[in-house]
Amino acid sequence: MEVGTYDAIVVGGGIVGCACAYYLSEVFESVLLIEPGPIGGGSTAAGMGHVVVMDDSPAQFALTHDSQKLWKGLFSQMSDACEVRETGTLWVAADEEEFSHVEGKRRFYEQHGVHAEVLDSQQVAEAEPNLRPGLPGGLRIPGDCVIYPVTAAGWLLEQAKRRGTVVRQGKPAVKVTGGSVMLSDGSRYTSAVVVNAAGGHASELTPGLQIEPRKGHLVITDRYPWFVHHQLVELGYLKSAHEMSSESVAFNVQPRATGQVLIGSSRQFVGWDGAIDHRIVAKMIARAAVYMPKIAELSAIRIWTGFRATTPNKLPIIGSMPEDPRMMIAAGHEGLGITTSLATGKLIADLASGITPRIDPSPFAPGAAYHHD
Amino acid sequence: MSDLTPKQIWIVGAGPAGIAAAEAALESGATVGVIDENPAPGGQIYRALLGVMKPEIQSRVDALHAKGVLFLNQTTVIDAPAVGELTVKGPNGPERLRYESLILATGARELFLPFPGWTLPNVMGVGGLQALVKSGLDVSGKRIVVSGTGPLLLAVGAYLKQKGAKVVRIAEQAPAQRIREFTQRLVGYPYKLGQGIPLMLSIGATVRTSAWVERANGSHVLESVKINSHQEPIRCDYLACAYGFEPNVELATLLGCELHRGFVEVDETLRTSVPYVWCAGEPTGIGGIDLSEIEGKIAGYCATGNEKAAQRLMPTRARWMRFAAMLEVTYALRDELKTLPNPETILCRCEDVSIEQATEWNGSRAAKLHSRCGMGPCQGRICGAAGRFLYGWEHGTVRAPLVPVPLSDLTERDPELTNHTN
Ligand SMILES: Cc1cc2nc3c(=O)[nH]c(=O)nc-3n(C[C@H](O)[C@H](O)[C@H](O)COP(=O)(O)OP(=O)(O)OC[C@H]3O[C@@H](n4cnc5c(N)ncnc54)[C@H](O)[C@@H]3O)c2cc1C
Ligand SMILES: Cc1cc2nc3c(=O)[nH]c(=O)nc-3n(C[C@H](O)[C@H](O)[C@H](O)COP(=O)(O)OP(=O)(O)OC[C@H]3O[C@@H](n4cnc5c(N)ncnc54)[C@H](O)[C@@H]3O)c2cc1C
Repeated sequence: MEVGTYDAIVVGGGIVGCACAYYLSEVFESVLLIEPGPIGGGSTAAGMGHVVVMDDSPAQFALTHDSQKLWKGLFSQMSDACEVRETGTLWVAADEEEFSHVEGKRRFYEQHGVHAEVLDSQQVAEAEPNLRPGLPGGLRIPGDCVIYPVTAAGWLLEQAKRRGTVVRQGKPAVKVTGGSVMLSDGSRYTSAVVVNAAGGHASELTPGLQIEPRKGHLVITDRYPWFVHHQLVELGYLKSAHEMSSESVAFNVQPRATGQVLIGSSRQFVGWDGAIDHRIVAKMIARAAVYMPKIAELSAIRIWTGFRATTPNKLPIIGSMPEDPRMMIAAGHEGLGITTSLATGKLIADLASGITPRIDPSPFAPGAAYHHD
Repeated sequence: MSDLTPKQIWIVGAGPAGIAAAEAALESGATVGVIDENPAPGGQIYRALLGVMKPEIQSRVDALHAKGVLFLNQTTVIDAPAVGELTVKGPNGPERLRYESLILATGARELFLPFPGWTLPNVMGVGGLQALVKSGLDVSGKRIVVSGTGPLLLAVGAYLKQKGAKVVRIAEQAPAQRIREFTQRLVGYPYKLGQGIPLMLSIGATVRTSAWVERANGSHVLESVKINSHQEPIRCDYLACAYGFEPNVELATLLGCELHRGFVEVDETLRTSVPYVWCAGEPTGIGGIDLSEIEGKIAGYCATGNEKAAQRLMPTRARWMRFAAMLEVTYALRDELKTLPNPETILCRCEDVSIEQATEWNGSRAAKLHSRCGMGPCQGRICGAAGRFLYGWEHGTVRAPLVPVPLSDLTERDPELTNHTN
């Protein structure tokens, strides 16, 4: 059953798919986005929404930095429901050893155009009175911010719809090639470009992509607007995110625009089992309480889990498949897809329309993680 | 485990179903514990709702006590972390309990539907207002409108009158004809009829059928209500309004029990789809005290392997299920109630989400994610139930903790299993 032809089709309505539709609709006449569930109902509904510049690798820095700039260019237009808050990030050192790396980190950020400030013990205590007294210090990145990912994805798609993007909701794609997409009800759409933005499920549609779900837990509290001001992350976070160990937790606490406190985070490889793992939740909260003892008194209203789409080289897969340039991938964003969604969408639109990209696309090319042997 | 060791049964809920279940399980020789979040056993109905507190209930509870049944009062189940285990939170903090059989007798809560003004102070539930009066609220001389649906309106109306209130109107949404048919069929349930007659004599004159509150007015606090059948608003100090009951299926859902039409699915032995878990009373269907009691007994026997004793009670259960079916037909909610809220009427009271904001999205999950409807501390207990009636919303996912708890309760997850049975 042939039902339509478009210039570009995006498969998946998470924040990455919505960002692709946003930028593709700027360069193409007709765009179709396909999503089986609610918009932003996948990993996007689970993510913390920290829009953060990360210095884990040069490629990751370039993508997160570029994407944050794109976000900041949109904030003034975005709706209140997107809950944009310019909180900054405070990377907290647990001990002198961690604190000794802070100055080097600051220099790196500053050299690459991101303002960063070293806070000493007293300044950290003043900035966040609920942190444990006596911490040696930290690194503040004032430019980082927090959004609510689901409504941000919805807003991006809304803008794309105003430019003519069509949304087909309710049925999953079952077969995806460079020129066409077939849905589970048999309807078939053809297109010059197809973007697989199915997040952790992308590898089900494009065999050979190496994407593994990495489970995370989050806990949200009732409203305590005075409790925390910055997104707080332990400096050891990178270590925990980076290690491909089977299980880790890190101190990661976020003030929501609602006054709620969102507490993360954990990482586990357990397949797609979304059940709450009480042992991990306990570990995660205990970790948070090491940094913020009073957090234990706050009232928790919900716990949930989500999945990060993890790739072997820890970078998202963005670009054309080597054997079929019309088949593009925008997936595998691990724990940074809220941040990097916009740069991803822009990169996809630039590559699809022959515009020279703003950042070097080669580290993200499907070949880099695809057929990884 | 040897047959000589008594089976450990935990019952969640100390209402009519839970107490009856405890009695039956005890008869089979089990070790029985009953968990309830209230300060004392009795459940909604015995404690507050009907006002016709059965005098023998206290002596039944005393007898259970005397025979070694443990009542964990002021204790809430917050999680079911593993098969055969519950996490409960009581006065001494969180603890874990192990069960061999579990009986869910978690009852029901009132169903609230939105209409303009329903969030004004002094608009409350029907059972809710009665509970407040029982705990000391003075309503003497106050003008009160009681509205919604079901026999409870009469019972509470009569109770309020007895407490000196001026019950100015009882607005029952069900049509007169259906209530007449129901009353005629009550002849088969003489004791129910016996309960109804004095209520009608006391308060019947204020009842209007096919009547409902369209709007509650007031600038800061309730001043009057507009009822569909009256031209002029009726001045009042309180509005007690509820549209029947919504089963408490959250714990059952968390345990993985299948639901059918919003109720916990059970077989005739009241076994749920989850092994070692039984369910009795309102969560399996709204039928009142008598059905709850008999189901409690059946579940108590069956959960302890005494199906023979249960068999004898099945005809009685069938009879009360027919009564429940009559109730359902008589007090079925009319479609007009779906048209009451305005676009700006609040649907989610925790998060201040309006009807307009919530219904922009397709289904409860999308509404939750995009509009925050149901994201607050009550986790959609109120707005979710309203949405199921108004828009056919699906049941949302239930996640631990079942009620808000301090984070510290979630860290101390690995305390030794508490051994309450020595
Ligand atoms: C606990 C946790 C915390 C996080 N915190 C942050 C953070 O603070 N900052 C940050 O930047 N990132 C964070 N992330 C990461 C971020 O949430 C993800 O990287 C991001 O949401 C990925 O978006 P996506 O659109 O690729 O995937 P998804 O949101 O999963 O979207 C994929 C979509 O594809 C659809 N789909 C699946 N199969 C098909 C099919 N066959 N046909 C059509 N559609 C299909 C799905 O329904 C889904 O809607 C976090 C993640 C987790 C789990
Ligand atoms: C920044 C942020 C703030 C948040 N704040 C709050 C808050 O204040 N309060 C709150 O309650 N939540 C909050 N959330 C959480 C959010 O609403 C969801 O709870 C979260 O998306 C994950 O929820 P869940 O896993 O508990 O279940 P759900 O969101 O209910 O998802 C269950 C999953 O199971 C799938 N599923 C359901 N039924 C079926 C089926 N029959 N077959 C197959 N799959 C099915 C769904 O598609 C979904 O993926 C917040 C989220 C974020 C990102």
